Amino acid sequence: MILDSKIPEGPLAEKWDKHKFNVKLVNPANKRKYDVIVVGTGLAGASAAATLGELGYNVKAFCFQDSPRRAHSIAAQGGINAAKNYQNDGDSVFRLFYDTIKGGDYRAREANVYRLAQVSVNIIDQCVAQGVPFAREYGGLLANRSFGGAQVSRTFYARGQTGQQLLLGAYSALNRQIAYGKVKMYPRTEMLDLVMVDGKARGIVVRNLVTGKIESHSAHAVVLATGGYGNVFFLSTNAMGSNATAAWRAHKKGALFANPCFTQIHPTCIPVSGDYQSKLTLMSESLRNDGRVWVPKTVEIAQRLRKGEIRVQDIKEEDRDYYLERKYPAFGNLVPRDVASRNAKLMCDEGRGVGASGLAVFLDFADAIKREGQPAIAAKYGNLFDMYAKITDENPYENPMRIYPAVHYTMGGLWVDYNLMTNIPGLYATGECNFSDHGANRLGASALMQGLADGYFVIPYTIGDYLAQNPTTKVTTDHPAFKEAEQAVIAKNNQLLSINGTRTVDDFHKALGLLMWDYCGMARNAEGLKFAKQEIRKLRDEFWRDVKVVGVNEELNITLEKANRVADFLELGELMVDDALNRNESCGGHFREEYQTPENEALRDDENYAYVAAWEFTGVGNDAILHKEDLKFENVKLTQRSYK
Amino acid sequence: MAGSNPNAKPMDLTLKVWRQKNRETAGAMVTYPVKGISPDMSFLEMLDVLNEDLLRSGQDPIAFDHDCREGICGMCSLYINGRPHGPERGTTTCQLHMRHFNDGDTITIEPWRAAAFPVHKDLVVDRSAFDRIQQAGGYVSINTGGVPDANAIPIGKSIADKAFDAATCIGCGACVAACKNASAMLFVSAKVSQLAMLPQGKVEAKTRVENMVAQMDIEGFGACSNTGACAAECPVGISLENIAIMNREYLSAKATSEHVA
Repeated sequence: MILDSKIPEGPLAEKWDKHKFNVKLVNPANKRKYDVIVVGTGLAGASAAATLGELGYNVKAFCFQDSPRRAHSIAAQGGINAAKNYQNDGDSVFRLFYDTIKGGDYRAREANVYRLAQVSVNIIDQCVAQGVPFAREYGGLLANRSFGGAQVSRTFYARGQTGQQLLLGAYSALNRQIAYGKVKMYPRTEMLDLVMVDGKARGIVVRNLVTGKIESHSAHAVVLATGGYGNVFFLSTNAMGSNATAAWRAHKKGALFANPCFTQIHPTCIPVSGDYQSKLTLMSESLRNDGRVWVPKTVEIAQRLRKGEIRVQDIKEEDRDYYLERKYPAFGNLVPRDVASRNAKLMCDEGRGVGASGLAVFLDFADAIKREGQPAIAAKYGNLFDMYAKITDENPYENPMRIYPAVHYTMGGLWVDYNLMTNIPGLYATGECNFSDHGANRLGASALMQGLADGYFVIPYTIGDYLAQNPTTKVTTDHPAFKEAEQAVIAKNNQLLSINGTRTVDDFHKALGLLMWDYCGMARNAEGLKFAKQEIRKLRDEFWRDVKVVGVNEELNITLEKANRVADFLELGELMVDDALNRNESCGGHFREEYQTPENEALRDDENYAYVAAWEFTGVGNDAILHKEDLKFENVKLTQRSYK
Repeated sequence: MAGSNPNAKPMDLTLKVWRQKNRETAGAMVTYPVKGISPDMSFLEMLDVLNEDLLRSGQDPIAFDHDCREGICGMCSLYINGRPHGPERGTTTCQLHMRHFNDGDTITIEPWRAAAFPVHKDLVVDRSAFDRIQQAGGYVSINTGGVPDANAIPIGKSIADKAFDAATCIGCGACVAACKNASAMLFVSAKVSQLAMLPQGKVEAKTRVENMVAQMDIEGFGACSNTGACAAECPVGISLENIAIMNREYLSAKATSEHVA
């Protein structure tokens, strides 16, 4: 298989404009003859469904939640980047492009990232026109802030709820099309298989989560906007329902899965408090602008603190190790996410972690409060301090916060070409569901940008190009391909329901999560990955022998829903391990302990690994086949990231 | 295990939970004892623990809606001891922690009760009426592309902040559950007033408020009698002032209606 990224010819800055001119158009009168399925209604899905409806296509949109407004994009806090240069501080499309490529540790495609930076400016215009209440200055114009260590202020925000406001904007556009009858919305409906006819994506099989009914929907193209797979780890900042099933089942039908080992671990999350823990809560990394990260200087002091023999206030200044400031004097507490996370792990591995479990480090605002006063700190971070207090029952104005890294985002995903089409004709993947824009590490405030760029401004052009070249002829759901897929889904559900074993779905999910976290988390090595692969296989076998799923298919059955998702995580987890094992280098969120500089920093191998690893499914338990798409860098110079 | 309150002892509780097989079947309260609940657990994690126990003994776990568990998606609900989202003000159920209860407590857990929110199963209700109200006009009628530069529409900071306050509604339905009339006025008014305050939304303000209110009535939500229970129980603090704004918008729209019969 030859992976054709279909990157247009010509200079970087002209590729997208040229491509928009070269793509085929669908005549306005013909658009109504084409049906498009959009799965997922987060930023990438809702924006795509609304825009395709506006253009005149017949759209069917699906989400597993009770309303499209609940998709997990809603929880994004910090903001959305755009190269508006409203602050006159030197930003430009090229600078945003450059920062994103570099931040991704040179493992993303230049052309895709440049287009992302180009359309970023349109996104802000669109959202403001929808009535999204971005933060504003007293003169009435939009406010910006610097975010995630960026040297320019290009982040637009709506307090700490930017994702919510952007999603409600996309949801409003979607609602307008639903009212017009151009989009038919299917909430509480989960995609369980992709249907292909003559080698092209022609529909999906879904389960109605209220009645259990298995149904088919046909279309001329299918767009997957189903988010990331961070919940492989069980504990993550993802929503409880976030899952990989739609993407994974498309993978099993032939769609390549790219760079699955690229996961982002966010440094400022609230630590795990007990084994009942169901999810982890992120606090905006803006906290690191004023908070100082530290652990006790010695293991002995840390132990006494953990046992409650001493209080944090008893630890003298000279017994505190502000390790980020010590190791990275230039960037200090503001080092990128991957560096901050890895160092927290190192401290805890040394036995200097804090909190009852020893799996936490301090984020201390005492100096900032002394310097600026409590009201100033409360004005900046009040909502985050309140959230921390609500969850931990501790006052962060009096005691340092305890933080620990948590799985937050997955850069890997379905392989797509420049048109966001997978290797299956007619199957598209957008937003976090695809792999294309963030390389090995995503910068802050770039996830929202990519989701909306894909949905509002990329897919509407590129899907037309495909549809224009395909006949309007419809396939009915009586077609054998649909019947066969339905039967497979029903058989799988029946199998899950019939095992009647002894271990719960959550029990398996937690076991998988621990394996992934320990061996394919913040630091990986070949030995551990090989071990994890065997353990995952054992766990998967045990799942299919001993899982307990009660009830029947024909009802609202929360256990059956979860069982399907965890069954897929148990397969995806193995591929993540394979990918991590194959990539004999460290880059971005992928840190292989064998490949580090003498200063313990990530050591890339551009000669051998400047490629996208796209994996082909060959059957459960069989090793996937690796296909490589070489990354060409013609506009940036590859350098070692350094934050010393 | 948690660090916050080492003296906090695990609690034993009695739960009285509404169980209902589906929309067609009558439901009933069922009593479940739960033991060893950590005060640092969230309310939903406490239910997770109970559900795991139910599953292991082959019983059907309790269905409840939840997703982000960060207080922002609006999916979680639960009427706890007679209050939507439980006893803590300004808190969704997913952010409610067990430390607000005492060892030996009996806790009653019911679904949202409203004719417009029929029960799907146990504690899961159908809130699609909210979506249909939004579809009736909760938007600015613009297509993607062809919009002016974002800074071509200056908006005063105080107006922008006020619009933001209304826009933070998470659509959970606690306002309806809290209201003795099961009125949706607070939910509807949050969107109406957000868009009525902003220049982008003013163009269609009249038809929007008329259409959204009409849809609200079609869905079977009750009338507003200004008791303010909705705002008192709203987990994100949507102000009662929005209802006043909507009433004003509605009256002025009706007086000069653009609807041609």
